[in-house]
Amino acid sequence: MKRFKTLYTAAVILLAALTAALAGALILWTIGADVTRTYSVIAFEPLKNAMQIGEVMIRAIPLTIIALGISVAYRCGIINIGAEGQMSMGILAATAVALAMPDAPRYALLPMALTAGALGGAAWGFIPGVLKARLHVSELLSTVMLNYIAAQFYTFCLRGPMLDPAEITMGSGTPQSMRLTKAIWLDRLVPGTRIHAGVWIALALAFLTWLLLFRTSWGYRMRASGAGERAAKYGGIGVERYLVAAMVISGAFAGLAGAVEISGVHRRAIEGVTSGYGFSAIVVALFGGLHPAGIIPASLFFGMLLVGADMTQRMAGVPANVVTALQGVIILVIVAARMVLENPYLAERVRVRLFGSAEGSGEA
Amino acid sequence: MPQEIVNRISSLRMEGITKRFPGTLACDDISLSVGEGEILALVGENGAGKTTLMNILMGLYRPDEGRILINGSEVVFRSPNDAFAAGLGMVHQQYMLVANMTVLENIALGYKRAWSPLRVDLEMVRARIGEVADRYGLSVDPDAFVWQLSIGEQQRVELVKTLCLGARFLILDEPTSALTPQETDELIDLLKRMRSELSIIFISHKLHEVKNLSDRVVILRRGSVAFEGSTSEHSPGEIAALMTGREVVLPKNEAPCCEGCEALAIRGLKVRSDRGFLAVDGLDLSICSGEIVGLAGVSGNGQRELAEAINGLRSVEEGEILFFGRDIANLKPGEVIAEGMGYIPEERNTEGIVPPFSMKENFILKDSGDPHYASRSFLRLKEIDRNADRLREEFDIRSPDTRVAAGSLSGGNIQKVILARELSRAPRFLVAVYPTRGLDMGAAEFIHKRLLEKRAEGMGILLVSEELEEVLDLSDRIAVIFKGRIIDTLDRDSADSRKLGVLMAGVKESGDEAV
Repeated sequence: MKRFKTLYTAAVILLAALTAALAGALILWTIGADVTRTYSVIAFEPLKNAMQIGEVMIRAIPLTIIALGISVAYRCGIINIGAEGQMSMGILAATAVALAMPDAPRYALLPMALTAGALGGAAWGFIPGVLKARLHVSELLSTVMLNYIAAQFYTFCLRGPMLDPAEITMGSGTPQSMRLTKAIWLDRLVPGTRIHAGVWIALALAFLTWLLLFRTSWGYRMRASGAGERAAKYGGIGVERYLVAAMVISGAFAGLAGAVEISGVHRRAIEGVTSGYGFSAIVVALFGGLHPAGIIPASLFFGMLLVGADMTQRMAGVPANVVTALQGVIILVIVAARMVLENPYLAERVRVRLFGSAEGSGEA
Repeated sequence: MPQEIVNRISSLRMEGITKRFPGTLACDDISLSVGEGEILALVGENGAGKTTLMNILMGLYRPDEGRILINGSEVVFRSPNDAFAAGLGMVHQQYMLVANMTVLENIALGYKRAWSPLRVDLEMVRARIGEVADRYGLSVDPDAFVWQLSIGEQQRVELVKTLCLGARFLILDEPTSALTPQETDELIDLLKRMRSELSIIFISHKLHEVKNLSDRVVILRRGSVAFEGSTSEHSPGEIAALMTGREVVLPKNEAPCCEGCEALAIRGLKVRSDRGFLAVDGLDLSICSGEIVGLAGVSGNGQRELAEAINGLRSVEEGEILFFGRDIANLKPGEVIAEGMGYIPEERNTEGIVPPFSMKENFILKDSGDPHYASRSFLRLKEIDRNADRLREEFDIRSPDTRVAAGSLSGGNIQKVILARELSRAPRFLVAVYPTRGLDMGAAEFIHKRLLEKRAEGMGILLVSEELEEVLDLSDRIAVIFKGRIIDTLDRDSADSRKLGVLMAGVKESGDEAV
């Protein structure tokens, strides 16, 4: 029985890998790309040297932080698609603090900027939370609409009040703030890479999220609200309150991710800096099983895919968009394979088909 | 017209059916047979393998061993469609109807003959419904929306649907578990009439129905046939004993009426239903500590709204609910719980438990902030485990451990989880709504015993039930609810099922119609 189980698992994974590879090859073949070259770039280049691994990690940092927040909301029964907007608001808030106090010392400014980022995101998460709790407005609607508002506001700030004065004279074309004071730069941890101290923030938040969700009565009540709203109300849990709290936490995480991103990587607010992290993080959260221990590897995996997409564009001449499509295929296949593996009845049926229905459990 | 000329099923046999699921043996060498025009009752405790066996018969599962014979020749069902084609039809416990479609559309969904690639011939379906309705005396309004229908009417739609597909052999899975007493009587009459045309397998926990309706009974216990015989030769008590493997005597409340203080006093209560009308309309009721008051009535007369209003889950329009002297009307659910109210809700699967949560997590649903289970907001996991193990033992909840998802337990075990949680919190009062609905006699007996124990300890209990036997067995006093009001209250000694039945229909003894 045990041997059958291992063989079965291995077979399913192999089959899944083959399916993904074939489907991907089909996509690449239709645009006339070099299939083997593209694959080798995606699979090996992102992990080739320390610098590349660093690139993977700096993408995994915001993904992890945002996905943690999304999983808190999701477990409380609210689907936060607004992380992209919350992240933008976090960036603006952190930038505003940094720009307002260019001479403040590091020990004061850095925590203040990060907190401001979290608060900016939290405010943007609070709105859909309250709308849902009080007026039953669907969060799918409100968060998406708030994304648009945040995106426009972000552009407005970067083209207006926060625009880099140098931009007016030089005009690089990309709206961005001026380079922020060194006091809010996060340390680079490994020479030759861009890995920054945000790693510690992401890991600490992962631990805190786990603690909150699975070890506190707060988390218990949030999860109860999400898993069985009626039962939670019956049990005397103020579902509405937890719903708002979960959205505030979720928004704060996204905002903080934005603040970390600019203070760790870009050192200034730039248009397009959120680059879809808020949406990718939804997939990361679900992919990681809405659990911190799953989210960290999931965001590393996605970080790798993102870097891979960049590399293929440069090294194999395949547009990054095609690689993104490829990633979609990979994700679908992994999800499908996982569902197949989790279905005990299917395994049983395969076993019976192959070895007959006799008391085969012993020898098979 | 292939579905019209389905041959009569003059005999159906299942021989040596065995079905294993990972970790359990659901059916162990089961054989049974049904002849033409025969009604076979299939009884057994929750989890005895009845539903699995019927799912095998309907082609939803393949048996690991054994075969099915119709009219003496072997058949293999690869899917439910094969079973339909052979003339078998099943009405499940959960009705499979689309609520916001009409009856006609629902039936058309399964009636593939009326389908062409771009169009469904609804008139053909309508004609077929009329045909079936005339033949079996089953009237349904094809243009009514399913959500407008009562549970009993929905069931009739399910029956019509099954018969429209040409079923000559009916399988009914606990058809009466959600019906009112009147609807149950109607259904039993209907089935008796239909036996001239059909054979029926009837799964039920209610032994008097089994006795009343069936010719033969097959009792399953832990996946195998424990008994097979003629119904007329055995009393419900004997059947119950064979089912559980021991004598089952539902306990009765025979203690003298106790003189407790008034625990719950409801005055002039008015509560609106979801649809906006006054479901509870000027209700007065008083219950003392150490007393069980049975609230009898046909379901839908305001019981649900009353129970929810008492527990803070529905707003009170007018009137007061005095709980040990304090008005708890319109308090939040958490505040009512803190006052010492226990509540066994009607919807055990969605309201009584958080289905994906483990059993142990469900035990602390109302106490996640209690210092006993959480110190400074951090859950005390060891204490939660200890509590769960204790309750599982004490309430005889059958599961491998306390980590299993509560939603995966059987109905009887879910009810025990809820009962364990509510009683272990030592409330001052308990509202129990349909506490034994759909449960087998063993589980019902267990729950009745616990309720009587708590009464003896001095707890007041409001028992909402539509089963007169349960109300008569357990209550000190019986209040009958009709259209949101208590139409009369009887003492245990002066009540009998005839009197209650008349009151439940809204007629007072003096003969005048109560409104």
